[in-house]
Amino acid sequence: MTGPPAALTETLRGGKAPRKRPPVLLTLPAALVVAALMLPIAYLVVRSFESGWETVAEVLLDGETLAVLGRSALLAATVTGASVVLAVPLAWLTTRTDLPARRTWAVLAALPLVIPSYVGGFVLVSALGPRGMLQGVLEPLGVQRLPEIYGFPGATLALTIFSYPYVFLTVRAALRGTDPALEEASRSLGSGAWATFFRVTLPQMRPAIVAGGLLVALYTLSDFGAVSLLQYDSFAREIYLQYRSAFDRTPAAILALMLVLLTATILLVEGRTRGRAGYYGRAREARPVVLGRWRWPALLLCGGVVAVSLAAPVGVLLFWLLRGLLAGEPLRTLWHAAASSLYASGLAAVFAALAALPIAVLAVRFPGKLSGLAERATYLGYALPGIVLALSLVFFGANYAPWAYQTLGLLVFAYVVHFLPQAVGATRSALLQVRPSVEEAARGLGRGPASVLATVTAPLASSGILAGAALVFLTTMKELPATLLLSPTGFETLATRVWSATSEAFYARAAAPALLLILLSAVPMYLLVIRERTG
Amino acid sequence: MRLSHLVALAFATALALWALAGCGQPPPEEGGGRTASETTGETTSETTGEETTVAEALSPGEGTLVVYSGRSEELVGPIFEQFEERSGVDVQVRYGDTAELAATILEEGDNSPADLFFAQDPGALGALDDEGRLTELPREILDRVPPRFRADDGDWVGTSGRARVVAYNTDELAEADLPDSILDFTDPEWGGRIGWAPTNGSFQAFVTALRELEGEEGAREWLEGIQANDPFAYPDNLTAIEGVASGEVDVAFVNHYYLYQVQEERGGDVPVANYYLQDGDPGALVLAAGAGVLDSAENPRAAESFLEFALSQEAQQYFADETVEYPLVEGVEIDEELVPLDQIQSPEIDLSDLDDLQGTLELLRETGVL
Repeated sequence: MTGPPAALTETLRGGKAPRKRPPVLLTLPAALVVAALMLPIAYLVVRSFESGWETVAEVLLDGETLAVLGRSALLAATVTGASVVLAVPLAWLTTRTDLPARRTWAVLAALPLVIPSYVGGFVLVSALGPRGMLQGVLEPLGVQRLPEIYGFPGATLALTIFSYPYVFLTVRAALRGTDPALEEASRSLGSGAWATFFRVTLPQMRPAIVAGGLLVALYTLSDFGAVSLLQYDSFAREIYLQYRSAFDRTPAAILALMLVLLTATILLVEGRTRGRAGYYGRAREARPVVLGRWRWPALLLCGGVVAVSLAAPVGVLLFWLLRGLLAGEPLRTLWHAAASSLYASGLAAVFAALAALPIAVLAVRFPGKLSGLAERATYLGYALPGIVLALSLVFFGANYAPWAYQTLGLLVFAYVVHFLPQAVGATRSALLQVRPSVEEAARGLGRGPASVLATVTAPLASSGILAGAALVFLTTMKELPATLLLSPTGFETLATRVWSATSEAFYARAAAPALLLILLSAVPMYLLVIRERTG
Repeated sequence: MRLSHLVALAFATALALWALAGCGQPPPEEGGGRTASETTGETTSETTGEETTVAEALSPGEGTLVVYSGRSEELVGPIFEQFEERSGVDVQVRYGDTAELAATILEEGDNSPADLFFAQDPGALGALDDEGRLTELPREILDRVPPRFRADDGDWVGTSGRARVVAYNTDELAEADLPDSILDFTDPEWGGRIGWAPTNGSFQAFVTALRELEGEEGAREWLEGIQANDPFAYPDNLTAIEGVASGEVDVAFVNHYYLYQVQEERGGDVPVANYYLQDGDPGALVLAAGAGVLDSAENPRAAESFLEFALSQEAQQYFADETVEYPLVEGVEIDEELVPLDQIQSPEIDLSDLDDLQGTLELLRETGVL
């Protein structure tokens, strides 16, 4: 192998390196993980075709099905676009400028991710409804009625403000991880701050934007909470309505299978736009861009986003909590549910991080068709609505693995299948910044591949692995459908407590577990953002 | 079918390896201090997940009863606790969405761990019944409730009733201002004044009843007429009542008990009252939550004795007092604010006739309500 040139960036997948065969140590676990991920898809195929081709054709040729496909694709595209537009400036402002209190803003801007969409969506409806709380505030100004937020605008707004942090976090990580030397060179050669941003910084961020955008797009496809509360007919809502109305699982399975195909298409597009460059320059603190008078609009942007996506939902929850307490609603103990939430989410985070490692290492160190396919496969379960994933594991678990059915093991398995790409993506980005030469040196000094993975690669990529685990942890804390159906009987989490109260519309009782859920998820998020500095 | 076996084999292998990798090791938090450090701050004292063991010899009041409950813990949890105390049966309840639990039971097939399905509405029970998944209940259980609140074939029984009402703002309207029939709300004078919750199961059951009573065309005309009055669509009944209370709308089509919930939550007087329609009007429909015993139940005896308990004076009194629903057995005192069940002039319709939810959803879709 030729040693890496001293250039600041170099192409990782140049195809110049001689083909190496990946060790079985990597391929076997990766193959097992992929096999596990294929279970829900297999279930959908079995269910879709069990009543023959006619049913499939009937559902596919129904005009409504195509309309749902179009609506879902439109929603995913719009939410992704809006998230990028919102997140990239925020990420840049909080990493590369002298924005006042920028680390506080960074933590605050990442936090909306911890708010479950079924809580956020509900708050949005009650706050921004035609005569909701906002209208109440504006009434003295003569505003009698706000425009309807149901449908496309409301769903876009809700999903954007609660999922843009995916892009924000990946772009921030990229900005921290790349060498600012290129930007400095651009500035010293006479380009202004704007030109440097668009011509140097933005292209460097492209892989991160695409990776974060992919998570936003697929999350949008899978989300049920926001689209049902805001009444937008996407796949997730349509699938639920099928279960509700017909109690016939075939049409729902066919719709879900179409969703899988849509996901595969998105992954294909993503593969084309991701770009092939790996950057492993020396990360160091960039000299901040002086904002000057631009400080005020920048602060306004940060403040506005945080007010809508974080302060408003938390404020409404606090209002419900106080109103309930004043009305004599007793505070119930939550620590049992909180402990269950933390335990299950912690297990999911650990196992997802472990399962992601072989896949990510294969994808980065042994690029090829197969490893690329394995990495992409992890995203398929992510785009499925939770209820579909849960029912597929109900089917397999109850009928073929009754010893595992309704145990914590199967529940954690479901979480990992659902949220694995978050861990894979973060681990992959971190590995891209580890020079292969370090690993090769260790091999050259006589270490075996397993030892190198455990003692060199994993520690060097630890910040990415931790970031991935933290993301899985957060999303598991919020997860509902799989938790309800697959958990051990009587297993209670904060999310199920929130659900139980809101399903009977006891807002005061829902507010306390919802706030605790947000608070507990905020801790790893805070550490994640703070850690980036050294990581 | 062969495909499913193949997949199942792959699944079993994967799970076995998973178990080996996961459970065979020392506790996960000892994963080497790298990846695991993320979770070290968390309590792992929790040891849930004990196995569900079903006792072989079943005499009444023994063993384990596994319930899938579409009714939330907030409402029915105490009933299960009381039954457990009285009977000595170990009750294990899985709470969830009624429709999702019904789909779960269908997926589980004969391996379903559930003995009893406790549903929010008769639709889901009817769906399980259609698939032959419920068993006939003993006469003495069925006979405790009026015939219209149980399945024709005796496979499920209603446990508590909910009346459809028109909630109205008492500052804006008097009862005399309200029309005699729900059908009259299509009058343009109600433009911009109506609230409803089209995604709510009880509302949809009402539309199904409307289709039965007024015919497909009659129901469509009503929905289109209300749509023409630009109604507010609320995410649920409670927000609809809040809308009435705040004056956002003047009336809302809801279930009777949400009003009491709003009063409790707000801790005081709310300018809202319930209006019961009369003369067998479709708007005066009384719905019921109910339950059925599964054909695959391992402990059907315990499931039946729970139903006996749920239909006892004591449990029915609980529903009347705590959830402010209508008891379905006779001789239970109800909240004095409620119009007694036998005075509600409900339409002549059996709840087991309200099973065509799919047709209702299609109609709601076509008229742009959903």
